Amino acid sequence: MANAKLVNDTSLSAVDSIEIPRPTFAERWRNPLILAAIAALLIWSWGPTEMSNASMLVTDWRNMAEFGSACLSPNFYNWEDYVGAMVETVQIAVWGTALAVIIGVPFAILSSANVCPQWIVQPTRRLMDASRAINEIVFALLFVVAVGLGPLAGVLALAVHNIGIIAKLFSEAVEAIDPRPVEGIRATGASRLLEVVHGVIPQVMPLWSSFTLYRFETNVRSATVLGIVGAGGIGQPLFENIRSFQYGETAAIIIIVVVTVSIIDLISAQLRRILV
Amino acid sequence: MSDVAIELRNVQKSFVKGQPVLKRVSLQINRGEMVALIGASGSGKSTLIRAVSGLLRTDADENGRSGTVQILGTVMQANGRVSRDAKQLRSRVGIVFQQFNLVPRLSVLKNVCFGFLGRVPGWRGTLGRFTRREKQQALLALRRVGIEEQALKRGAALSGGQQQRAAIARSLVQGSEILIADEPIASLDPSSARRVMDILADLNKSDGITVLVSLHQVEYALGYCPRTIALRDGEVVYDGPSDALTPAFLSELYGAESEELFLPGLEPTKAGGHSRPRHEAHGTARPAIRVIGTRSHRLPSEYPDGQAAPAGGN
Repeated sequence: MANAKLVNDTSLSAVDSIEIPRPTFAERWRNPLILAAIAALLIWSWGPTEMSNASMLVTDWRNMAEFGSACLSPNFYNWEDYVGAMVETVQIAVWGTALAVIIGVPFAILSSANVCPQWIVQPTRRLMDASRAINEIVFALLFVVAVGLGPLAGVLALAVHNIGIIAKLFSEAVEAIDPRPVEGIRATGASRLLEVVHGVIPQVMPLWSSFTLYRFETNVRSATVLGIVGAGGIGQPLFENIRSFQYGETAAIIIIVVVTVSIIDLISAQLRRILV
Repeated sequence: MSDVAIELRNVQKSFVKGQPVLKRVSLQINRGEMVALIGASGSGKSTLIRAVSGLLRTDADENGRSGTVQILGTVMQANGRVSRDAKQLRSRVGIVFQQFNLVPRLSVLKNVCFGFLGRVPGWRGTLGRFTRREKQQALLALRRVGIEEQALKRGAALSGGQQQRAAIARSLVQGSEILIADEPIASLDPSSARRVMDILADLNKSDGITVLVSLHQVEYALGYCPRTIALRDGEVVYDGPSDALTPAFLSELYGAESEELFLPGLEPTKAGGHSRPRHEAHGTARPAIRVIGTRSHRLPSEYPDGQAAPAGGN
């Protein structure tokens, strides 16, 4: 009580003498400068991206309405083809993910700073950066040239792009492990390989499984567009139907994609909850 | 075969240049001894233990003569280089850690079987396939430490004391001739701690395993180990019978930390060590100790100046 009186009684001269600490120059200008930088970035990108044409969405609303009305009456006449293509899409994702994990695990170990020396880690990481930096569509274009049109090109494209991602995600898990069990294994006189196999991998297994499921989800989504460049899956009929203004068929395909991806996401989320 | 189990000559280590954690430490431990390593936090206990076990590389000397660690007559590391024999040597030395260092997601049995990793052929070790015989041996080791019935539980599901016993079983399976324990009881409750120390003392007495154990709690050093080595600021300041340690020396050794410690009373405890009967070990008859809690202001009067610290260093 005494304290409350002391603070609220403004007539006390003690209050006048209290200095309010001033933030430093840098502290005061930090947030305004960040906002200014973001604003500058947006303005710089406005013209080249023809953002001023955004009004067309409203003024030329009839184009969208045409597609929108088709969506209300999707044409499922060829649904068996679409579902078949969707299944193929999922199969592309299955093998793409599997290959990425099988090849990515050794690379993940090699790019973990707590397992390997820097002269191995750094080059491996740069290689993995390169594989991540290139989009799967680009890889798909390359593999279509190499192995011809069809789902195999899609599988390889997904695999190569995902090796880099898997290596990064997995090695981050490896770098976060508890080093003590590994030391316990080392103390038994085990080799480096055995330390990794019995000390590291049991610790990261739950995270690795979770990451794998997450990548599988993402790969199903990515695989739906690989068909656009002829690498198999549902992308091909989707692209053909849009190009020939078959909006009813397009809508049917999109609905199939959305439903499939949602179901896979739900199942995968449930599985991951069990794993972690 | 050499009678010397562990020999250190001029071992030094600094993590930051110019701030040595170990200053030319030399010591010798014979086969069959049970030795306590005591000292305040930061005195270099863990560093010494890790240097002995070859898990930590010691510093080289400018004239290339320093830092030899020999285990059972074989060089573990010398002059800042871990020997080629280190891996093979490690399998003869069991190491017990403060945090047990089991793989938490694997079964206790599997963890204990890992003690065989230094010996089984590569492919079998890689796949983690152990023979029926090896599993039986592992179970026998678990029986020895009294947790056979926990064999199929995950490591993480055990209490701290049980995990530490599993870790000891792992080093038994290794066929260790030497057990090096780095604060094995620091994170255990008193009754688990006594249980673990009883097991170590029994292994020393019945199996002749050489034990070097670093301990933060002095009472356990006095109660279980006939010989004590004390470290302060990286130097050996005492090496001799535990009975001869005086309260004055101990409170000086631990400095400001002595308030938190169990220190022996005015009369130094007559440490039993080996001769301590096992049936006493389960908590009924503990060494006469008193907690010197927050009453540090009484220390000077309790420990008169006349009691000088035991002869310093070597």
